[in-house]
Amino acid sequence: MKCLVAVKRVIDFNVKVRVKSDGTGVETVNVKMSMNPFDEIAIEEAVRQKEAGFISEVIAISIGTLESTEILRAALARGADRAILVEDDATRESINIAKILSCIAKREEPTFIILGKQAIDNDCNQTGQMLAGLLGWSQGTFASKIVIQPKEKTVLVTREVDGGLETLSLKMPVVLTTDLRLNEPRYMTLPNIMKAKQKPIQKITLQELGVDCKQHLKVLQVESPEIRRVGKEINSVSELVDKLKNEAHVL
Amino acid sequence: MERNNILVLAEHDNLELKAATGKTVSAARQLPGEITLLIVGSPAATVLQAASRLPGVRQIWLDDSSCYQDFLAENVATLVAELGKDFAYILAPASTHGKNILPRVAALLGVAQISEVIKIISPNTYQRPTYAGNVLETVQSVDPIQVLTVRTTAFSAFPLSATEVAIEKIAKPFDLKLSQRVSQETPRRERPELTSARIVVSGGRGLQSKEKFKLIEEIADQLGAAIGASRAAVDAGFISNEYQVGQTGKVVAPELYLAVGISGAIQHVAGMKDSKIIVAINCDPNAPIFEIADYRFVGDLFQILPALQQELAIRLDKA
Repeated sequence: MKCLVAVKRVIDFNVKVRVKSDGTGVETVNVKMSMNPFDEIAIEEAVRQKEAGFISEVIAISIGTLESTEILRAALARGADRAILVEDDATRESINIAKILSCIAKREEPTFIILGKQAIDNDCNQTGQMLAGLLGWSQGTFASKIVIQPKEKTVLVTREVDGGLETLSLKMPVVLTTDLRLNEPRYMTLPNIMKAKQKPIQKITLQELGVDCKQHLKVLQVESPEIRRVGKEINSVSELVDKLKNEAHVL
Repeated sequence: MERNNILVLAEHDNLELKAATGKTVSAARQLPGEITLLIVGSPAATVLQAASRLPGVRQIWLDDSSCYQDFLAENVATLVAELGKDFAYILAPASTHGKNILPRVAALLGVAQISEVIKIISPNTYQRPTYAGNVLETVQSVDPIQVLTVRTTAFSAFPLSATEVAIEKIAKPFDLKLSQRVSQETPRRERPELTSARIVVSGGRGLQSKEKFKLIEEIADQLGAAIGASRAAVDAGFISNEYQVGQTGKVVAPELYLAVGISGAIQHVAGMKDSKIIVAINCDPNAPIFEIADYRFVGDLFQILPALQQELAIRLDKA
């Protein structure tokens, strides 16, 4: 049973993002890029399930420019068996990413597709759900625990939801998206980084896949939010309660 | 039929209609067209009554087919897409429920979905936060059906109206049999709901342990507040996941947000920076939380919280 894992190259989560002065986007020149943290969790989960004998092959896939190869190498160093890069230099909406992934899924016929629940750049939280919808598969989003039941051909997924937790039983094949507490990704070791260089990365173009990526949304403006004014220093609890009552009027 | 109306997916837990529904209807009222509210599941009479009094709702559809009982995404999304194809807009709150369903709906309809809308600029142009709220993006949609999740803290609900809208029962059971709910852990709480509370008292890693986190609960109870937590506190097991505030947890914007022992990582700030008044209590004067706090209290929270409890006991009593 194969597992496809989608990974995205994003601005590193430690970088303070800056909006370009012309308001067309954010500054990416000389900015550290990394794998989306939720996707690291997705790769880790696939590799752990493989180590436990539930998955036969882990295939990492990314959609982007040649620079996304570095993210795929990182996925391979974390234990993915091979990788696919869909070469594309446009910024795509989630619906188009989901379309591309569904094409790859039809070619590779995986039993599991794992994605991060959201990318920390656009914060959309859509691709997994859309992919499941396009494929007509079951979906387990915001997963904090995944138990594969090969005999029953089901997956038990514990989901982090607003009210607490819920556990679903999903029919295979499934699309799963990862939440933060699913696992803690391992560090890449030097031997594994070296080994990853030998693993194959297949490159495919959108033309080869025959996906029509129609644009649905136009970004008109990108800006920074208003900055809050600098606050006041408080030195005692009575002063705090005083301010909250008589100045802020919130008590 | 010409598409010019709005379908809003109601959020409830069968026992009560969530405040997020009213706020989503408020957002919908800024769009052209009449609003139809769709309720699925097996809602109690209280849910239906609250829904029927939401101002601006023109009609209500209820589908209580058993396949929608557990709000399974595969079934509910199929229903919403089927009904939604005759509408110009489909809206739901950007809750874990709405986020689970609406992208699937959009995919079934072959359109984009716009997440966490905070401002409706024109009938096809919306503002939404990206990069954990550090960047705001204005997008224009060219889709014939616009599917939006709404960040409910950005919209206020209108008071309930005196008249009730009739509820029309529909029965379109799309039972895909792809999934089923096995169990759920939804602890009943006596405190206000985190996302709609007037005051939130939130604790972070600085609380040190599950036992000491009780200090947060005591202050919250004195203030009639909801409890929140940083990711660090949840990861450390001080409190369960449904209390997490942040980029990937809940987004809150109460009148008063009391951040105790929270350093203020970008991910946490993303979930609370639109609060009206922010108080930060932290022993580290360089903690980033102080950059956005209206009142900055540098000190040992284990001394400050008990003193605050006493002070509140006296002062709130007098008021």
